[in-house]
Amino acid sequence: MAEKYIARSTAIAARMLGGEMMVMSAADSTFFTLNEVASAIWQAADGRTPLSEIVDGKICQEFEVDREQAQRGADRFVNELSEYGILLVSDQPLTDTSSSPESR
Amino acid sequence: MSLLAEMNQKALNLGLPISVHLDITYRCNERCVHCYLDHDDHGEMTTAEITNVLEQLSDAGVFFLSLSGGEVLMRRDFFEIVERARQLLFNVKVKTNGVMIHAKEAARLRQLGVEQIQISVYSHRPEVHDAITKLPGSLNKTIRAIRFLKAQGLKVTIANVLMAGNFSDQPGVIALARELGVAYTLDPTITPKMDGDTSTVALRIPGSELKQVFNNPELVGNVEEFCAPPPAPGEDIMDGFPCSAGHTACYISPYGDVFPCVQFPLPSGNVRRQKFLDIWRHSTQLKEVRSIRARDLPTCSSCAHVGTCTRCPGLAYMEGNMRGPSTADCEKSFQRTGIPSANMLKRTREGSMSPLIQIQSLVNSGQDGPLLVEENLLTA
Repeated sequence: MAEKYIARSTAIAARMLGGEMMVMSAADSTFFTLNEVASAIWQAADGRTPLSEIVDGKICQEFEVDREQAQRGADRFVNELSEYGILLVSDQPLTDTSSSPESR
Repeated sequence: MSLLAEMNQKALNLGLPISVHLDITYRCNERCVHCYLDHDDHGEMTTAEITNVLEQLSDAGVFFLSLSGGEVLMRRDFFEIVERARQLLFNVKVKTNGVMIHAKEAARLRQLGVEQIQISVYSHRPEVHDAITKLPGSLNKTIRAIRFLKAQGLKVTIANVLMAGNFSDQPGVIALARELGVAYTLDPTITPKMDGDTSTVALRIPGSELKQVFNNPELVGNVEEFCAPPPAPGEDIMDGFPCSAGHTACYISPYGDVFPCVQFPLPSGNVRRQKFLDIWRHSTQLKEVRSIRARDLPTCSSCAHVGTCTRCPGLAYMEGNMRGPSTADCEKSFQRTGIPSANMLKRTREGSMSPLIQIQSLVNSGQDGPLLVEENLLTA
């Protein structure tokens, strides 16, 4: 299966609030809150790290979840946010991350 | 509870500022008759200072950032400020009169991902709008700007401040908003000037017209529900606080002064001398604002409207006591429901306790004339 690379869209507003990431689309004002696991994926979405590596190196390590379960959850999360244009997904590294929003 | 309301509640529980209103200038190209600001530049923060403040606000957890003024585009570095704010991932709302927005500026705002633009429109008729802004041609320029912004797909809201002089044009502004395809919001609140001058208050719409506003389903939705008598307040109401000022929101002036809200001129610190978070966490003034609960309000705690009133602590502060009533909101509650506020009843009682005729003896006053002089045939 092809690798997935994910990067945060620049057309969003985001801020961490008490362990949860608030994200709002500037395009249509859709508002999301991400739980701790989703927030960790979000913060690791630098366009260069494959999603599988994020799941292995971050999610499984930090949250003690089963790898397959974590991968399924991550895929679902990425698909959903990409439908809203909140996350950009590619099978190639997204190299132009200079304009990516800062992760705060 | 909506997701946004949940986040607000969470910010409140964590003691975090989730919203900041930052005026980047008080300079303006309009001279609106009701404006509360002094438009001279008394030493605005530099670009570097504002950038530094934005970074501090981001670190403090601020999500919603309103950039306003004055007219924001009077600053040559306006787009630089917005760009930095967006790099820091704020949800940015810009308040402007739109006069200086052309196709290029609209495109830049879109490119930067500004979430919303709020534009003041006072009337659909140039002669009325321009008489308020004192800038000939301003309505046409503002409408042109709205079209440029809409063409970029930006979310625009027309803010219609209601005064005695433009009240009758309110349906025309609603129709204009509809024609332009933008949202409409109205505000009947005219505040005293920040220097304490209350002359602008005379521009407020009278109570009877306020009642018309509150009975207009197009503006308030379900009139019966909106104008319903207030329910008896429970313990949760008495333990509650009036608004987000100082709790999850605050205001920063172009000079770096921090206040609980733009309508609450209680100086609480200055970001030129202190770190924002130090002010937010340790300011004596903000702590005092946060400590006030509905049950602590000497008059309002016994008011039937205590749970539903839009009482503004900032307006109350400008009337002399942040724990006191805000008479403009007393009037709103009364016009909305027909039930007088505790403050109104108190004033009536105080008036009725005064003698209708005061008699002053002039015996031994050394003055010629009648021995009895009747003063104040009717006392207020």
